[in-house]
Amino acid sequence: MAGQTLYDKLWSRHLVKERDDGTALIYIDRHLLHEVTSPQAFEGLRLAGRKPWRLDTNLATPDHNVPTTLKERAEGNAGIVDPVSRIQVETLDDNCTSFGIEEFRINDARQGIVHVVGPEQGATQPGMTVVCGDSHTATHGAFGALAHGIGTSEVEHVLATQCLIQRKMKNMQVRVEGELGLGVTAKDIVLAVIGQIGTAGGTGYAIEFAGSAIRDLSMEGRMTICNMAIEAGARVGLVAVDETTVEYLRRRPFAPSEEYWDAAVTDWRELVSDDDAPFDKVIELDAAAIEPQVTWGTSPEMVAGVGAQVPDPAAAGDETVQQGVSRALEYMGLQAGQQITDIQLDKVFIGSCTNSRIEDLREAAKVAKGRKVADTIQLAMVVPGSGLVKRQAEEEGLDKIFLEAGFEWREPGCSMCLAMNADKLGAGEHCASTSNRNFEGRQGYGGRTHLVSPAMAAAAAIAGHFVDVRDFGAERAANDDSQVQEA
Amino acid sequence: MRKFDRHQGLVAPMDRANVDTDLIIPKQFLKSIKRTGFGPNLFDELRYLDEGYPGQDVANRPLNPDFVLNQLRYQGASVLLARRNFGCGSSREHAPWALEDFGFRVIIAPSFADIFFNNAFKNGLLLITFDEATVDRLFQEAEAEEGYRLDVDLESQQITTPSGETLAFEVDSFRKQCLLEGLDDIGLTLKDADAIADFEQRHRQARPWLFRQAG
Repeated sequence: MAGQTLYDKLWSRHLVKERDDGTALIYIDRHLLHEVTSPQAFEGLRLAGRKPWRLDTNLATPDHNVPTTLKERAEGNAGIVDPVSRIQVETLDDNCTSFGIEEFRINDARQGIVHVVGPEQGATQPGMTVVCGDSHTATHGAFGALAHGIGTSEVEHVLATQCLIQRKMKNMQVRVEGELGLGVTAKDIVLAVIGQIGTAGGTGYAIEFAGSAIRDLSMEGRMTICNMAIEAGARVGLVAVDETTVEYLRRRPFAPSEEYWDAAVTDWRELVSDDDAPFDKVIELDAAAIEPQVTWGTSPEMVAGVGAQVPDPAAAGDETVQQGVSRALEYMGLQAGQQITDIQLDKVFIGSCTNSRIEDLREAAKVAKGRKVADTIQLAMVVPGSGLVKRQAEEEGLDKIFLEAGFEWREPGCSMCLAMNADKLGAGEHCASTSNRNFEGRQGYGGRTHLVSPAMAAAAAIAGHFVDVRDFGAERAANDDSQVQEA
Repeated sequence: MRKFDRHQGLVAPMDRANVDTDLIIPKQFLKSIKRTGFGPNLFDELRYLDEGYPGQDVANRPLNPDFVLNQLRYQGASVLLARRNFGCGSSREHAPWALEDFGFRVIIAPSFADIFFNNAFKNGLLLITFDEATVDRLFQEAEAEEGYRLDVDLESQQITTPSGETLAFEVDSFRKQCLLEGLDDIGLTLKDADAIADFEQRHRQARPWLFRQAG
């Protein structure tokens, strides 16, 4: 019998029942909630007179709407200026209280972006099924967990039944072999993958990221990659369990207690694809060939190496693709043939569930240290992914590096990734952003988003336009130690 | 959920690939805690020439005359013809809520994003996939002929064009049954409550650390 993929193993571990029509009931181990996609689900439960099936699987925190300025945060929910946002956050609090669900509220030190909080707490564990009403739930697959985003109807379904009705996905493996160049990061890998397979390339698949370049990544890097599986069309991104995974989880608050730790670790080590496991599709990338990536368009697949030029629509694919590229260039205010490094920027955003963890902030701080944000940049902001990331960064002195360089140091939340709070782009503004989506209007009406790694965003803030962080860092390597990293 | 068996409706062709959920319903409208009322802000950034905000009276907003749904001939459209990878991006169910609230019952495209596809069926929308060539042809016909309507019959899985041509489509049997009967997924799953409880007990024995003692 052929071996099983990691996805196959996770699927069979959670299979409650297969139905004649080809659907299956899959048991859910962890359900994360936030304020935007849950209110209608709780309302549905109430209207039907239903109760949550199992309380201890649920963990909630407000993240999308929360303000990131100290001034607004100081007063808790009452400080949220936008009344509609405030009601949504208050509704989450009320629902969690009345249903008995654990919640990290707005000014709890553990509050943050739900996809930063889950792993950081050890609430995301290998072998779990993890769902949340948010497409970036794919993030948690970095732990060898079967994790994906769901809609509000499914949030209600999970609350009421602890299960989801699913069909099995196909298996795709993305192998990245070799060593990344200096200054090239997990973000560049995943953007390069999306550039290669397109935003629908992974539709219907669970993508397992494998190969030596993935093995060499920290958990933070693996989370960045799995986070953006959805930008390649795949609901699920996965990385096999190894020592890095186990070490990350040790002693985290929700991790298995000492009593079960050894048994859990033994169990987790099975969570790898068998050598002879068949994949429906395999994609290979050479890590050494990946340049720092910058998106120039309005879809994550519209991406190029920093040394490249903005493409010519006439040279791009079929008529539908050409129209898409033309429309994107018009929206972005860019010319075909323009050097990526000539794109002038107005704002810089370092944060989001893709890149707001401690390692991301360290990478950005290394570039920012001792430098100044360019005068032409109106706003450069760093938004930590959680209160605990913020605290750790401050212990390491990263906040001072950012503040001295002219960045704003904010309170945790989703912030300008999707601009549901007050952090947004104005029409026509170009932003170097470490987030995950460059869709039209995503970061503000008429805003122009360029997706990059934290190091590239920091370098762009200093230069005022995109620069190759590899050149930018070269002079530093000679006279700078890695103090920040080790602090 | 609203039942769907057969629907005859005017077709609006939206000639654009990779329509994402931010485009379908921008984030400022996700702050609502209700399921209804999203229709006036469907495709807000394409439909209007100004920036929209929640709670606004859309009647006085300047319309973008070039946008397909603003054109006179497509008023009352209930079948949306779209291009590849429709609904990509976030898991916001506000996207199908907005489409449904606007009056769409059927969306036809060469491909859909997974989460959107799933969410749409849970809200009584029928999503139909045809190959690119067939979708291209429907685009040509819908653009050429004013008042172009399709007759969509879910039971027989068949679409009939104004010229009488029929096109067969595929639909997942579970989703088909739910639409035809307007079934509530949760009620259906709870019929298997015993199977879930049995599984849960075995799961707890095999992997007790997944069940928090404190909970």
